[in-house]
Amino acid sequence: MDNIKMQSVDLNAWFGTKQALRDINLSIKTNAVTAIIGPSGCGKSTFIRTLNRMHELAPTAKMTGQILLDNQNIYNPTVDPVMIRRRVGMVFQKPNPFPTMSIYDNVAAGLKLTGAHKDKNLDDVVKHSLQQATLWDEVKDDLKKPGTSISGGQQQRLCIARAIALQPEVILMDEPTSALDPIASAKIERLIVELKKNYTVAIVTHNMQQASRVSDYTAFMYLGSLIEFGATKDIFESPKNQLTEKYLTGEFG
Amino acid sequence: MTKLTGDNIFKCIVAVIAAFAAIILIVNAYVLITGSVRVFSVSGFGFISGRSWNPGASTFGVLPAILGTLITSGIALLVGVPLSLGIAIFIVEMAPRAVRVPFSYLIEMLAAVPSVIYGLWGMFVLRFWVLDYIETPLNTYLGWFPLFSGTPTGYGFLTAGLILAIMIIPTIASVSREVISAVPNSIKEAAYGIGATKGEVIHHWVLSYGRSGIFGAIILGLGRAIGETMAVTMVIGNAAGAKGMPVSLFQPGQTLPSLIAGGFFDSQTPLQSSAYIGAGLVLLVISLLINIAAHVMVTRVLKVKGGAIE
Repeated sequence: MDNIKMQSVDLNAWFGTKQALRDINLSIKTNAVTAIIGPSGCGKSTFIRTLNRMHELAPTAKMTGQILLDNQNIYNPTVDPVMIRRRVGMVFQKPNPFPTMSIYDNVAAGLKLTGAHKDKNLDDVVKHSLQQATLWDEVKDDLKKPGTSISGGQQQRLCIARAIALQPEVILMDEPTSALDPIASAKIERLIVELKKNYTVAIVTHNMQQASRVSDYTAFMYLGSLIEFGATKDIFESPKNQLTEKYLTGEFG
Repeated sequence: MTKLTGDNIFKCIVAVIAAFAAIILIVNAYVLITGSVRVFSVSGFGFISGRSWNPGASTFGVLPAILGTLITSGIALLVGVPLSLGIAIFIVEMAPRAVRVPFSYLIEMLAAVPSVIYGLWGMFVLRFWVLDYIETPLNTYLGWFPLFSGTPTGYGFLTAGLILAIMIIPTIASVSREVISAVPNSIKEAAYGIGATKGEVIHHWVLSYGRSGIFGAIILGLGRAIGETMAVTMVIGNAAGAKGMPVSLFQPGQTLPSLIAGGFFDSQTPLQSSAYIGAGLVLLVISLLINIAAHVMVTRVLKVKGGAIE
């Protein structure tokens, strides 16, 4: 299938001796939002962190299986994880702008690392990224201020702008609104729906309503296994697996 | 009237104890100032700018020792800071877990080695390495350059500076290690997330985030280097007065502490005693000035300047 952007194949992952993921086979479709839901400790964050090789940064982390990006295994020994992380951007649970950098430099940091800013006009990229993250109008007069001087919701959109600036193909979001108030969360949700026009998005969330609002596909994970995967509408309206149904109706979680 | 409760009594006791720190500094300064009045009244500003130290003629000038202190401390920082930061970065960011803890202890144990031991090692080992592998070749091929001129003996500014470099490593490395490991993981992850390599994360984020703490660690190390007495006295060669006026890195000289330690007990006249106390006052003032300057730098310069990647 052509419209599969990323795919996990027989993915298993461990922290030390504790197995966090069991035989995950999951596809993430191009220009769509895929939500990964499940109770705490189900492995959804671990899964998303295998998609840009962040998992291996944890000291005791191990994994087996493959992650395909455009049908190429990103864990192939010849692949540089740095290049993968530029193609697959990430937004974290807690907003984490770089505290020692200005708003402008937060967005520009990735491009400065690649050296690409020598060809492009950095100001334009920063402006465009902040516009795409719907933050430009709020910060355009304060670009020199520290990245941590704005509100939590704005910081998270700054982090999204920081990811966008590198023009990634995929954007991963690990519970991006769990530290935010409802209004800031709603803004991020609207932004996620916008982003899928240009990017492939995978979002981990413990908020089922959020998954149903923003995603096209939903994966339900439990105890490290993928229980059910399908179109969001199908999962929420007619789940095939009993566990999924119980989770969605709030019987556990 | 405040009531005499347990809390209030405790507050008083703690306040008195805390006041001791300030009192000790004041008493120190008082003793040094009153003790050095005599030499300043005889030599005036010449005590600081003078090059000659001649008890027989009652001329006392500490300029060579001031310069010797600054030069040896400068060499110590130049050599010691990169080594210390390398060690700290290695321990926090690179070392396998099994190595991390024993290695940290090892570094801290270096601080527990008495300075006279460093001095002995400096005299019997380091001096010959410096002489054979640094001073002699540099002197042979670049002897026309004043810094490398003179007759290398292994006793002098360079050896003293290198001993100091080794002695300040545990201080700078262990404080920097704490600073570096306090850098939040979320920031490092964010940096990895935009495609930074490990080296870039350390260079642009870890060191930038921890820069005021690392600067503080360096100042602590500098404080130790400036005040270190025993080890320096044993390897610097103790050339008094104008002979110790620094020209070459290889020549014997003196620092303020080595001047005091080497001569105080042999002083023949009250004026000579007063000159040693005066050297102590100059040393105290230099230390305080450096600390104040460091404080200003940490609060003003480092905080305001952004950590942008250039």
